[in-house]
Amino acid sequence: MSQSMTQLSEQIKELIENEPVSVFMKGTPQLVMCGNSDRALRALRAVGAPVTAVDVLPDPQIRHELSALSGWPTIPQVFIKGELIGGADIVEELYASGELSAKLDEALGTERESSEKTAALAVTA
Amino acid sequence: MVVTGTLETLLRNSFPEAGELAVEDRTGGGDHFQVTVSSGRFDGLSLVEQHRLVYEALAEPLADGSIHELRIKTRGIA
Repeated sequence: MSQSMTQLSEQIKELIENEPVSVFMKGTPQLVMCGNSDRALRALRAVGAPVTAVDVLPDPQIRHELSALSGWPTIPQVFIKGELIGGADIVEELYASGELSAKLDEALGTERESSEKTAALAVTA
Repeated sequence: MVVTGTLETLLRNSFPEAGELAVEDRTGGGDHFQVTVSSGRFDGLSLVEQHRLVYEALAEPLADGSIHELRIKTRGIA
């Protein structure tokens, strides 16, 4: 593995572990480029999640390294405090059953504030 | 592109015990699929663990890019 790939993997790992809710998606919350990323975001918005979004489209290495870390082959991928919650289907299902809200309450408390920000990863060729 | 029958065969091989097992080509284009599997193997597993088993069954068409989008619905039987 090249040095730059290792660094990218470390960046992704740190982000997943440090951000309350991280979403690896196609596009950004302002310009969503995929229906599934949109489905996941909508569910997270509906439960007032503080979302940190990472666009995987700028470089295919991001998706490659992310999937190597998570063992999850598809995008989007949603994490709460380092734990893989799932892709769009699971996030929607957990939202419908009320479990998504419960998970967030448990991890972040009920006083959490809804927010959206984007994080960029430094990909060096 | 792949045909629904190919995916059904892969799933049936991995989940021979499955009750419901369905593959729907959502767009008719052979690359957007909805799969539904109900199996006792899912009992007691988290949704992430359940979907991982489906991804494992379909690893090849996922890896070679012939599945562009996969929607998964799993349920246990308990």
